[in-house]
Amino acid sequence: MKIHEYQGKELFRQAGVPVLDGVVATTPDEAAAAYEKLGGPIAVVKAQIHAGGRGKGTIIDNPKQHGVVLAKSADEARAAAAGLLGKKLVTIQTGPAGQTVNKVFVEAGCDIARELYLGIVLDRAVAKPVLMVSTEGGMEIETVAEKTPELIHKEHFDPAVGLEAYQVRKLCKKLGISGAAAKAAAKFMPAMCRFYVDSDCELAEVNPLVITGDNQMIALDAKITFDNNALFRHPDYTDLRDLAEEEESELRAGNAGLSYVKLEGNIGCLVNGAGLAMSTMDIIKYHGGQPANFLDVGGSANTEQVTEAFRILLSDPNVKGVLVNIFGGIARCTTIAGALIEASKTVGFNVPLVVRLEGTEVEEGRKMLAESDVNVINATDITDAAKKIVAATGV
Amino acid sequence: MSILIDASTKVICQGITGSAGKFHTLGCREYGTQLVGGVTPGKGGQNVEGIPVFDTVEEAVAETGADATMIFVPPPFTADAILEALDAGIKVIAAITEGVPVIDMVRVYEKVRASDAVLIGPNCPGLITPGQCKIGIMPGYIHNPGKVGVMSRSGTLTYEAVWQTSALGLGQSTCVGLGGDPIVGTSFIDLLKRYQEDDQTEAILMIGEIGGSAEEEAAAFVKEHVTKPVAAFIAGRTAPPGKRMGHAGAIISGGKGTATEKVAALEAAGITVAPTPADMGQAVVDAMKG
Repeated sequence: MKIHEYQGKELFRQAGVPVLDGVVATTPDEAAAAYEKLGGPIAVVKAQIHAGGRGKGTIIDNPKQHGVVLAKSADEARAAAAGLLGKKLVTIQTGPAGQTVNKVFVEAGCDIARELYLGIVLDRAVAKPVLMVSTEGGMEIETVAEKTPELIHKEHFDPAVGLEAYQVRKLCKKLGISGAAAKAAAKFMPAMCRFYVDSDCELAEVNPLVITGDNQMIALDAKITFDNNALFRHPDYTDLRDLAEEEESELRAGNAGLSYVKLEGNIGCLVNGAGLAMSTMDIIKYHGGQPANFLDVGGSANTEQVTEAFRILLSDPNVKGVLVNIFGGIARCTTIAGALIEASKTVGFNVPLVVRLEGTEVEEGRKMLAESDVNVINATDITDAAKKIVAATGV
Repeated sequence: MSILIDASTKVICQGITGSAGKFHTLGCREYGTQLVGGVTPGKGGQNVEGIPVFDTVEEAVAETGADATMIFVPPPFTADAILEALDAGIKVIAAITEGVPVIDMVRVYEKVRASDAVLIGPNCPGLITPGQCKIGIMPGYIHNPGKVGVMSRSGTLTYEAVWQTSALGLGQSTCVGLGGDPIVGTSFIDLLKRYQEDDQTEAILMIGEIGGSAEEEAAAFVKEHVTKPVAAFIAGRTAPPGKRMGHAGAIISGGKGTATEKVAALEAAGITVAPTPADMGQAVVDAMKG
């Protein structure tokens, strides 16, 4: 689960990670009032969307309007907010459709002496969280990692202990930080690591992390993703979720206990199991088609879930055909066949449907489909299924 | 022989009185697994269709001599259940539960790796030595005793592979579902070492997917240390970056963990990579021909 910058900064503040004062605004007048409240002379108006690259990103049809704007008066803050709110911001992370800006964060300015990068992620290869810092603040960290990996410095830490003092000293040396700024780092870095663990983050990123003229260390940005599996430990985070930032069909699927990802193609897929669902997409592509989605109905799919899955698939106007690929293990083919027949009654299939069933109770399942009114194109194996759906959708 | 488990393995189920735990415990017993007991705190003294239930794993081990466990407890309690099994001296721990917080696994991983026990999972179908012992949720009947060691990050895709190798008359030595989470107890490399040393295993099939670098690491290991034929398949060639594909661990992040990179690493190590999921069995046959 992702949250907005302004929400992340509030959590930082509570965790003892220094941030600047700021006010969230949903109208231009609120943004102007926020400027007055912060007291000037400089404030920064920042579009709040769940994507990075906002500073360089621009509003659709208004390429001069960037997602982060400097304001030197209340009127400038108002104008910046007016240029952003309700508009679609396109960044390198949003895709060409962009994302609607519903809120802006008006933040006090500060005297920036240096811009650094700080990020914490899980290093899967060693099964430990890793703190990464770099002198290349404000840059795309992926680009830094690719072009100048020697400029990224890493320290793994034990979640139970946190970041040790000597680790901070090592990183400060590599970043060229000393004196008062190093003292600030000795508080900032362990506080971030503690926050990462205590909040069950998947990603906590500060880019840029700044050192001010008076040697303070401040988080100028906050990009946070929580581990969905750990949300049960943080009931208060429910309020931080912004449903407007999420794909509607993916939300619907999530509510039905389905794992769904929308794609750009025209062949809908309904599969049990994540690996099989991914490879079903792959084999459609291999035979010349384009998958419209990833959909895993899970190991114990029931009639309601399969019906909802079909509703979601068929509500995508791009879908010109559906491939059902089920390897019955614990989930029986008869259950799936029954669910298919029920779903066809309530949803109504208006596109070609190719079904490949295999595994537990497969003969009975195939028989049920054959004897039903559902117009099914039967497939004997995955290759056959992929070829048939590609042919049926005329790609 | 086989790896990790055989007909002599004595298995308990942690979470035996829950619906999934009970269902699969009985399924494993029906398959022929020596299912000797179960654990649910507070329900010691009861039984599940004749299988005794204990309050603690320590008691269950003392009473039954169990050396393996399958864990079905809910995600908030899974890490604790793994540590309890470890503490009781269980040697093979299969954590089936999906949805365990990753930071919990950081804690557990270090302790498991420092012991002589093996953790399979979490978020996995379990493991099976066909005809001898099934620990997990896979449909037993599709497996046949045979020569292919199958290891995978995915559940139903493994069934597909097993189905294909059975149909080709190869059969399986031991099949292991490693799990779909970012941190799992056992890696491809851990199993490659065991398959390499196992007499029954004549070929190895590795089923990977996008996310992380476990396949690349395995490829490097195969090149240096594995003399048996290895075939592979990678799921997710069409997966978009930044999107989680069902499994918590199946995500391309920061441009890393793509199927293309993984396939390239595998092929560079001389591994036969199946172009589509329909070709996994055939890839094993091809790898065995050399």
